[in-house]
Amino acid sequence: MLVDVKNLSIYYFTLSGIVRAVENVSFHIDKGEWVTFVGESGSGKSTVAYGIINLVPSPGKITGGKVLFQGNDLTKLSPEELKNIRGKEISMVFQDPMTSLDPLRKVGDQIVEVMVEHGVDEKEALKRAKDLLKSVNIPEDRISYYPHQLSGGQRQRIIISMAMAFHPKLLIADEPTTALDVIVQDSIMDLIDKLKEEGTSIFFITHDISLAVERSDRIGIMYAGKLVEIGFVDQIIENPLHPYTQALFASTPDLWVDKKISAIPGFPPDLRAPPPGCRFHPRCSVFKNKEELKGVCDVEEPKMIEVENGHFVACHLYR
Amino acid sequence: MASRGLGRYIIIRGLLIIPMILILYTVVFFFLRVLPGNPVMAVVGAKNIPPEQLKALEHMAGLDKPYWVQYFDYLVKLLHGNFGVTLAFPMGKPVWEYIALRFPATLELTIWGFTFSVLFGLLTGVIGATRKGKPVDTGMRFYSIFVYTLFIPWFGMMLQYFFGVILHVLPTSGRIDPGLHLHTITGLYVLDSILTGNWDALVSSLRHIILPSLTLGIVLSGAYTRLVRNNMVDVLSQDFIRSYHARGVKGWKITWYALKNAFIPVITLMGLQFAILLGGAVLTETTFSWPGMGTFLMERIDYRDYTSIQGTVIFIAIFIGFISLIVDIIYALLDPRVKY
Repeated sequence: MLVDVKNLSIYYFTLSGIVRAVENVSFHIDKGEWVTFVGESGSGKSTVAYGIINLVPSPGKITGGKVLFQGNDLTKLSPEELKNIRGKEISMVFQDPMTSLDPLRKVGDQIVEVMVEHGVDEKEALKRAKDLLKSVNIPEDRISYYPHQLSGGQRQRIIISMAMAFHPKLLIADEPTTALDVIVQDSIMDLIDKLKEEGTSIFFITHDISLAVERSDRIGIMYAGKLVEIGFVDQIIENPLHPYTQALFASTPDLWVDKKISAIPGFPPDLRAPPPGCRFHPRCSVFKNKEELKGVCDVEEPKMIEVENGHFVACHLYR
Repeated sequence: MASRGLGRYIIIRGLLIIPMILILYTVVFFFLRVLPGNPVMAVVGAKNIPPEQLKALEHMAGLDKPYWVQYFDYLVKLLHGNFGVTLAFPMGKPVWEYIALRFPATLELTIWGFTFSVLFGLLTGVIGATRKGKPVDTGMRFYSIFVYTLFIPWFGMMLQYFFGVILHVLPTSGRIDPGLHLHTITGLYVLDSILTGNWDALVSSLRHIILPSLTLGIVLSGAYTRLVRNNMVDVLSQDFIRSYHARGVKGWKITWYALKNAFIPVITLMGLQFAILLGGAVLTETTFSWPGMGTFLMERIDYRDYTSIQGTVIFIAIFIGFISLIVDIIYALLDPRVKY
C-alpha cells in the first residue's frame, strides 16, 4: 500500500460559513495502481487530491484524518519535509495547462528548477530536462520558449515531463485533460499510462466517466464531499451499487446504445449545511419510493460496507 | 522580444513626442494669453507708469506683436533648442539657466522620494499579501489608507519638528549646508559629491534630502501598498503558484516569482508617478524650501512669465515622453508576452 487515506476531512473556513468539502474519506492506492475519482463539480474530488499533498488552498484546512504515504503521515510533516516530497516522490498535474506555468519564465528554466530544488546540479538538470522533453515528444529547442509560445497540449506535456523528472511514486492528476481537445487528450493519457508502466501509482481526478473507465484499475465515486462508492472498474460498471452511481451512469450518453438520458433531479446540496443522514437522500429515487427507508437515510449517516471483494459502498440499502 | 521590432517601436514613439509637444505648446500658449495680466504689468505692479513707457516695455518683451507672430517666434526658437528669455523678475535672462538650476533639484528629490515610495509600497504590499486576512494584512491596509490621506505640509512639518527641532539630527530645509562648496557636474548634489570625492558635501546633501524624500516617499507609498497587495493576492491564488508549491519549490522563491508577476501593473503606476513628480512636488518643495521646478513654475505663473512657463512645461513634457518610453521598454524586458 503506497497511500492510505484514513477518515480525511477538509473544511473551507469562509466568511459565509464552514464548507464541509470533504468528510471522512478513506481509501488507499497500491503500488503501480491507477485509482480514479469521479464526481460532479464541487463534490470534493479535487480537494481530496490537494489534501494528499497537504496543499489545500486557503481558506481550506485539513480538519481530521491521516494521509499515510509509505507509512508517514503527510498531514503531520513540516513544510521543509513536505517540500522534499512534493515534486520528487509525489508529483501533481493540474487541470489548466494554460495557467499552470509561470508566464514570465522560460519552460526550460522551470523544468530545471524542479530538479535543482531537489538536489540535482544545474548542468545535469539541463541535460535531463532535454531528455524529458524528448520523452514527451517535444522538440529540444522548445526549452528556451516561454509558455505563451506553446499550445495547450504542449504545455500539459511539459508539465507532465516535470512530474516525470524523478520517476515519482505517485502522480496526482487533477483533470489534466479537461482543457484539451480529444486528440491531445489521448496523447496525454498515453503519457500518464507510460508513467504507470514504469511503476508510478496514479491518482486521477475527472468528471468524465468514460475516461475513468478506460485506463483505471479502481474507481471511486464522490458526492457532496463523501466517497459513496469505490471498487474495481468491472465491479463499478457491471454492478453499480449506490443509487447515485446508478443515476450517474444513467445520465451519461452512450455512443453505441440508443438510450434516454435521465438527469438526476435537484441540485447538489450546500456543503455549509449538508443534509443529515445520507447526503444524497433528498435526490435519491430509491429513498423516495421506499417507505421503510424514511427515518433511516435522512437520519443516519451510512457507513462504508464491503459488498463484494474490494467493492465498497456507503448506502443503507446494503446493510 | 524581437530587438528589431523594439528598435522600430522606439523610433516611432520618439517621433510621436513631436506632435505631442506641439499640441501642448499650443494649449499652454493660448491659455497664458487668456489669463488676465501680462509679465510687464506684473513687473510694474500698481505703480503709476506713463502709458508710453508701458508700451516701450511691452515692445521690449515682444508682447506688442500679434499672437500668431509671438507663437511662431517662440516655436522657431524652440526648434533651435532655445527656450527663450525671461520676461519678468528679472527680465532677459535665459530660461534655460533656470531650468538647468532647478531641474536637477527636482530630479534628485524625485529619484529619492520615488525610490522610498516604491520600497515602502513593495514591502508593505508583499507583507500584507503573504499574510492575507491576518491582522498584519489589515495593519498594512490601514497604513496605506492612512499615509495616502496625509497632507504633505503637515506631515513634513511634523518630521521637521521631530527630527529637526526636538532631536536636532537633521536639517529642515535647503539642499546642502550653505557654507559648503560643491563643484556641480550633474546638479544632483549626492551624485556630484561622489563624483568629485567631496565627502563633507555628500554627508550634508544626504542629510538634507532625507526628510523631504521621506515625506514624499511615505505619502506616495500608500498607493503602491494597495496595488502591490491586491496584485500579489491575485497572483498568489493563481494555478502556477500552486504548481510551484506542488513541485516543491522554496517558499521565498515562490514569493519572488509572484512579485515579478504582480509587478507588471505596478510599473504603470511607477511611470505615471515618476512623471508627475518631475513636474515638481510643489507642496514638498515649499515645505522644505527645496529649490525645484514646482516652486519655480508657481512663481513664474504669478509673474505671467510666458516664456519661462512655456519653456519649463515643454522641457518637462519632453522628459516625461522619454520616461514613458523607458517604461514601455521595461515592460517588454519583464514580460515576454509583450511584443512591439
